Amino acid sequence: MSINQIQDEIIDEFSLFSDWMEKYEYIIDLGKHLPLIDEQYKDEEHLIKGCQSRVWLHAGLEGDKVVFTADSDAVITKGIIALLVRVLSNQPAEEVAQSELYFIDKIGLKEHLSPTRSNGLVSMVKQMKLYGLALHAKS
Amino acid sequence: MAVTAQKGFDIEKLRSDFPLLQTNMNGKPIAFLDSAASSQKPNSVLQAMDTYYREKHANVHRGVYQLSQEATAAYENARELVKGFINAPSAREVIFVRGCTEAINLVAATFGRRFLMAGDEVLISAMEHHSNIVPWQMACENKGATLKVIPVNEKGELVMDEFDRLLTSKVKIVAVTHVSNTLGTINPVREIIEKAHAKDIPVLVDGAQAIPHMQVDVQELDADFYAFSGHKMFGPTGIGVLYGKEEWLNALPPYQGGGEMIETVTFEKTTYNELPHKFEAGTPDIAGTVGLGAAIEYIGSVGYPAIHAHEAELLDYATRRLQEVEGIRFIGTAREKASVISFLVGGIHPYDLGTILDKLGIAVRTGHHCTQPLMDQFCIPGTVRASFAFYNNKTDIDRLVDGVKRAVEMLR
Repeated sequence: MSINQIQDEIIDEFSLFSDWMEKYEYIIDLGKHLPLIDEQYKDEEHLIKGCQSRVWLHAGLEGDKVVFTADSDAVITKGIIALLVRVLSNQPAEEVAQSELYFIDKIGLKEHLSPTRSNGLVSMVKQMKLYGLALHAKS
Repeated sequence: MAVTAQKGFDIEKLRSDFPLLQTNMNGKPIAFLDSAASSQKPNSVLQAMDTYYREKHANVHRGVYQLSQEATAAYENARELVKGFINAPSAREVIFVRGCTEAINLVAATFGRRFLMAGDEVLISAMEHHSNIVPWQMACENKGATLKVIPVNEKGELVMDEFDRLLTSKVKIVAVTHVSNTLGTINPVREIIEKAHAKDIPVLVDGAQAIPHMQVDVQELDADFYAFSGHKMFGPTGIGVLYGKEEWLNALPPYQGGGEMIETVTFEKTTYNELPHKFEAGTPDIAGTVGLGAAIEYIGSVGYPAIHAHEAELLDYATRRLQEVEGIRFIGTAREKASVISFLVGGIHPYDLGTILDKLGIAVRTGHHCTQPLMDQFCIPGTVRASFAFYNNKTDIDRLVDGVKRAVEMLR
């Protein structure tokens, strides 16, 4: 599936939730259950510092596709990371670099991607696209 | 033991003075428990500023015309109000600044320039806000001086034996917070000042977190410098106060250059204006001072004894009720505490807890509260902090406790 197809799929899934509680319970659940990153990458080099929560991000190339793994010390941040990874991982580097992430806004989680939130997610998305750009140039 | 609120203290009537407390957050009536970050403003402050801009505004200390004189009178009247509020001996010792941060930067930069030398020491504490760490670090770096730190014990109190040991003749100035923004600890600043003065060392007190909760008398404390912000004491943002003893303020060089702070200017040499204008370069935040004056009058109308009694009751009630939450751990359990409660629940990240509370209409602060070294000492990434002002009520606390319980259920 393409990046936008996955985004649309997530928007569909979230339209089933009737209130914020269900939505957050789902995100928390994603955050709790997904093993996201190899422990060896949870180091300073892969750390994206946020004022509120910390995020680790690793990118690798498999064929022409970028594979992202990431983690956070906060479970809600981690749940949102799981969604971002689902959308952008295993996609061609060029498409990652050029992607437009509209699903976050559509599922009502825009506040988490606000720079003022300082949870590391804004920098993480920026970093993911930069990896896409760099790996595209390399491939 | 719970302290009973004073007679005549009508919390619901007081709350109605604060328009923001009548609003919603995420569709729910707001429970505002972040006053240590910034307090809400009563109508009288908003009205004073509005009236000032509508009817009295002109630049100060400039015009010969009536309006400018009225604006100057309003500005200088605010200074007189501050003088009375903190019992400063003279209005010349009251410098208007942007906030507590600027006040500390002013002293650190000018004191550093004039008095610090290589090998000297500046003594601060481990519970300082970044704004009472970084300016001193910068001053020390400039002069090759060293920053020394009074440690904090596991309850969040200063280790006074260590303070005694660190207070050597190398120390040129002590800078400590009156009340910790993260832990709520009320520090024995009177004792600190007395001991420092016995060795002829001046003391700056960061009063940002003290002034909303307690009567501050700079003469009784004998503080050399006392800094605070308007926005934490129900006044506007962008205005703050540096109180300094006249002999110290006269000994310091100017901080910023510009209009207002000069006496005469030629291209060869400028002579500086007298206190307090020497430290007030440029057009000041006149409306801010008017709002600050109104905030001082508002606090006066409520009265510190009533504020203290009500907040002590809230702190006691909140501390007791939060203990119902399984796995809660309080960070900062000093014997002398202002109405600030920092906590963690089990292994739950403060950001997660704060996010769910936000959805429930409860505003708390999460994170390191600009006290990273302190968080490092407790080996935690941050805390959830609920801080109370006199306009909070028991309903706010009940909602906090219920909210935390609900969030914990979701996050565990």
